[in-house]
Amino acid sequence: MSELERHAYDVLVIGAGGAGLRAAIEAREHGMRTAVLCKSLFGKAHTVMAEGGIAAAMGNVNSHDSWQVHFRDTMRGGKFLNNWRMAELHAKEAPDRVWELETYGALFDRTADGRISQRNFGGHEYPRLAHVGDRTGLELIRSLQQKIVSLQQEDQRELGDYEARLKVFAECTVTELLQDEDGRIAGAFGYWRESGRFVSFEAPAVVLATGGIGKSFKVTSNSWEYTGDGHALALRAGAALVNMEFVQFHPTGMVWPPSVKGILVTESVRGDGGVLRNSENKRFMFDYIPEVFKDKYADNETEADKWYTDADNNRRPPELLPRDEVARAINSEVKAGRGSPHGGVFLDVSSRLPAEEIIRRLPSMHHQFKELADVDITAQPMEVGPTCHYVMGGVEVEPDTAASRVPGLFAAGEVSGGMHGSNRLGGNSLSDLLVFGRRAGAGASAYVQGLTERPAAAPETLARAERSALAPFDGEGGANPYGLHMELQQVMNDLVGIIRKSGEMAQALEKLEALKAKAAEVTVEGHRQFNPGWHLALDLRNMLLVSECVAKAALLRTESRGGHTRDDFPGMDAEWRRKLLVCTASGDGVEASAEVVEKPQVPMRPDLLDLFEYSELEKYLTGQELTGQSGASRGEGS
Amino acid sequence: MGYQAHFRVWRGDGEGGDLRDFTVEVNEGEVVLDVIHRLQATQASDLAVRWNCKAGKCGSCSAEINGRPRLLCMTRMSVFSESETVTVTPMRTFPVIRDLVTDVSFNYTKAREIPSFKPPADLAPGEYRMQQVDVERSQEFRKCIECFLCQDTCHVVRDHEENKESFAGPRFLMRIAELEMHPLDDADRVREAQSEHGLGFCNITKCCTEVCPEHIKITDNALIPMKERVADRRYDPLVWLGNKIGRRKA
Ligand SMILES: Cc1cc2nc3c(=O)[nH]c(=O)nc-3n(C[C@H](O)[C@H](O)[C@H](O)COP(=O)(O)OP(=O)(O)OC[C@H]3O[C@@H](n4cnc5c(N)ncnc54)[C@H](O)[C@@H]3O)c2cc1C
Ligand code: SF4
Ligand code: SF4
Ligand code: FES
Repeated sequence: MSELERHAYDVLVIGAGGAGLRAAIEAREHGMRTAVLCKSLFGKAHTVMAEGGIAAAMGNVNSHDSWQVHFRDTMRGGKFLNNWRMAELHAKEAPDRVWELETYGALFDRTADGRISQRNFGGHEYPRLAHVGDRTGLELIRSLQQKIVSLQQEDQRELGDYEARLKVFAECTVTELLQDEDGRIAGAFGYWRESGRFVSFEAPAVVLATGGIGKSFKVTSNSWEYTGDGHALALRAGAALVNMEFVQFHPTGMVWPPSVKGILVTESVRGDGGVLRNSENKRFMFDYIPEVFKDKYADNETEADKWYTDADNNRRPPELLPRDEVARAINSEVKAGRGSPHGGVFLDVSSRLPAEEIIRRLPSMHHQFKELADVDITAQPMEVGPTCHYVMGGVEVEPDTAASRVPGLFAAGEVSGGMHGSNRLGGNSLSDLLVFGRRAGAGASAYVQGLTERPAAAPETLARAERSALAPFDGEGGANPYGLHMELQQVMNDLVGIIRKSGEMAQALEKLEALKAKAAEVTVEGHRQFNPGWHLALDLRNMLLVSECVAKAALLRTESRGGHTRDDFPGMDAEWRRKLLVCTASGDGVEASAEVVEKPQVPMRPDLLDLFEYSELEKYLTGQELTGQSGASRGEGS
Repeated sequence: MGYQAHFRVWRGDGEGGDLRDFTVEVNEGEVVLDVIHRLQATQASDLAVRWNCKAGKCGSCSAEINGRPRLLCMTRMSVFSESETVTVTPMRTFPVIRDLVTDVSFNYTKAREIPSFKPPADLAPGEYRMQQVDVERSQEFRKCIECFLCQDTCHVVRDHEENKESFAGPRFLMRIAELEMHPLDDADRVREAQSEHGLGFCNITKCCTEVCPEHIKITDNALIPMKERVADRRYDPLVWLGNKIGRRKA
């Protein structure tokens, strides 16, 4: 124990994606000594992969846009299950967060009058996504990264040390959160991927910004980092997760060749005019417009096509319905035998825009298909199908401060829950990262400033963390982590995937138990230095616990809503809208198991309800909720 | 459809290592990274490799394939014949940590030495106005995924450890160009590009441009224009002022 590397900070941010970096900037600007930890190199977090854009009601392209319209779209997209306070803060603050990026050096695409250009996206009433071609995530990450560097340069000038107040620990994986006897956060414990050596951080506040859980599913747009570490760390520390049954399957992932299956095809392809066709060359989305969206989406091609040039007088093309709707439609077409040769459907932009325009607007898609699939998207349609993309569920937080139930533990970004309800709109994640990353950084700083003493972790906690991390090296002949991971992905994909049934989910839970037992015995070869087998063995524990939450919550919710579709309960049920499913865990390490309970949803504030027409609320709220609500009869424009 | 390919992969650490031979299955449509992953899953569970996105977007999986700096995830197996031996080695310019993973901290050190964007003092957030044509050049440079392949390939530092101290490398000289060409950046960067960051070392061989997976024209669009500005400045110190005052206000 004596040689354990130790550091002490005021605020520890776990995760260097958009949420983590924004949180770190905020904490540092509040005077906190701040550390950022991440599993990969600085600047490579998952956020870098985001393509389409960042949603913010700046009204640069259509001046009718406002936070109220953005708020409404977000609530509709999430089927009214969203934490409305988060949706409100998000819609109000997103424009400032985007403008702030320009002061960090970001260069968004421009409108003719020199402002930030905004593009259309599914579920957004007006062109709202600020973007840089189709590499917006890269711009976001790089701008935040460069802002961090500029703060470090300030510290260098002032204190002679770049890292005096803000330091990035890259390729450093956290395996445990440390707590004092009262359960307050005292720091975190992890290992350097490079050397396998352990390291402990003493800090009274931790911001989780670890992203999502997609690596538990076989077909996914997510990278190896998405093993649900933050979700699992929060559970084991005593925090709760909400909305874990809601997993977003993006409608358009690549389906061929097999090795790229799941890689994302950005929604901008559709936002910029691309259409979906089945093997009979039919634009099938017209057959899948749900009742709640009938007044917003065109039911014929002529009107749909006119919308691109005259959005005020035409309804939107149904290709731009929220993602859950489009994903289900594609799934049905393929099931009905009208799919493409490799089991997807066709997404065509080649017949819709001139080649130069496609290359200008969608350069990385053009590049991606050419290099990986030998498909020229300016001349041929793409083949696409649903892919696991985003988890709406995550750590339950206070909207204003991003604080979890555990004192000193905060969460922001994809690892937090509530903001997106049952389904996230495209572009609403990047804005979420900035709005709540900033709030988490401020929340954590305020918490630390309010403390009279720094919580200290009991020394045995460190010893335990070390033992648990080394367990995979004990013994031999146990299961291989790669094999177990593949089994887990298959289970989640087949049994808790895009369309769910009670019997299958019960089966999934049995299989997860069996996998947990095997995971307890997993053994790895080699030594601790950059050993991916060992890393995966540790990640598996998190994936299993989080998968259990998804399966258990999904089994309990006997309705279909957003990113949760039950074959046996196909309808949306207003009673269920009032209920959240909250997951907690007991036990430790591989033995930890999840428990899910119902919790009533907090009723929406009347002034926010007033933003909707009564006729729309009727589609989502119970009769009882509606009678309590008088003012909602006012017009949409209010 | 699948076949058995012959791979030679460098294994070892900072102390030394060697090429190991593997026979491994390859299926239609796969890239080199898929094959490396198959080796991990079936024959060498502790084979170290960096990767994230597997879609050419994050710049993590840089290595050298048959001696050429490339992204493992964007190199399709179909570019090799079935009988060809595929040799995968770590980037040569950076110290090896283990197997295909190198210590790229040189790049982060250099990044920190480049003065940051200097926001215009007279504009509040939300007031920035820039024309698309004016941001396009810097946007091209901002496509950089920081794979560091250009840094790996540039002969100024490849096999010339002694130059690392005074040379930022193509990626970071390009960063200076990006800021220099940013319509609203308030700093003067030309002189330091030459005096502090080693622009003078570059003799425009274009090797960096050739390996850039983002197809950024590093030499033509960033390095040569910077050299021209340096040359201009030698003759006329007022050029910079003129450039900046002339900035477009839309
Ligand atoms: C292909 C793709 C395209 C997308 N396009 C868009 C888009 O156009 N618009 C949009 O709004 N959203 C988009 N999204 C969603 C959005 O990109 C993500 O939801 C978002 O980037 C998540 O950011 P984050 O900050 O929460 O986490 P991330 O950026 O994923 O960062 C997580 C960080 O946590 C670190 N970490 C995780 N576990 C640990 C641990 N145990 N120890 C230490 N560090 C850890 C990781 O290393 C990483 O640095 C897209 C997603 C994908 C996959
Ligand atoms: S053009 Fe200059 S920077 Fe690029 S490889 Fe040649 S010498 Fe290096
Ligand atoms: S300029 Fe090109 S080669 Fe160099 S780091 Fe950037 S993406 Fe890689
Ligand atoms: S894994 Fe991201 S570029 Fe290869």
